[in-house]
Amino acid sequence: MQLKIQYYALMREQAGRSDEALETAASTPADLYSELQARYGFTLSREQLKVAVNSEFASWSRKLAAGDSVVFIPPVAGG
Amino acid sequence: MSFRFAQEAIDTAASRAQLLDPGAGGFVTFEGWVRDFNEGREVTALEYEAFQALAVKEGERIVAEAAARFPVRHALCIHRVGRLALTDMAVWVGVSATHRGEAFDACRFIIDEVKHRVPIWKKEHYLNGDSGWVNCEACAAAPSHAHGAAAHAHGHEPNAA
Repeated sequence: MQLKIQYYALMREQAGRSDEALETAASTPADLYSELQARYGFTLSREQLKVAVNSEFASWSRKLAAGDSVVFIPPVAGG
Repeated sequence: MSFRFAQEAIDTAASRAQLLDPGAGGFVTFEGWVRDFNEGREVTALEYEAFQALAVKEGERIVAEAAARFPVRHALCIHRVGRLALTDMAVWVGVSATHRGEAFDACRFIIDEVKHRVPIWKKEHYLNGDSGWVNCEACAAAPSHAHGAAAHAHGHEPNAA
């Protein structure tokens, strides 16, 4: 299935892109992060991240559906 | 009650005007400014980036939570994105309330929660030309950094070998 992935901050720099449409067999955000970490060498571990699906915080074990938009959220630093 | 982003300098006079209320006897603001040092390094500029679709939702939830916890009249938080120079305002929080106590409490609650929960990232540019994403680079390099700092601290103890 195809997913839309957006990257921010450190992960945007490490992926070398802001977004992509990705054909993947990953069925959960956890699987997807493992796949993308292997591809891009992300330095942040999954335990340091949160994940959003379709612009809402989501669990790592949520089932992904074709067309979902996924964003991995590195440690925040507003203010 | 709302939260929003600003691409340009925050207009504090216009923001304050939105919180005016004949029933409000107090108004409290917090301004976060770009400072020239952080964790021992000299900072020359900051870049803020946000996942705005989620950040606005989470920011509005925080402002609504503040209004539920404290009896305020109006509350507003505005956060900058983009590149900021020293002394620029990065964030503005304003709260009007019937009495000052609630205004202080709600303002503090909002800025503290925004810093912890809203998907906003800050890249610091340093005097020596380096740059780094706050809370991301250090923790990504946690093993070497943490050990290095610990070893350094121990080295200054009088009884250290």
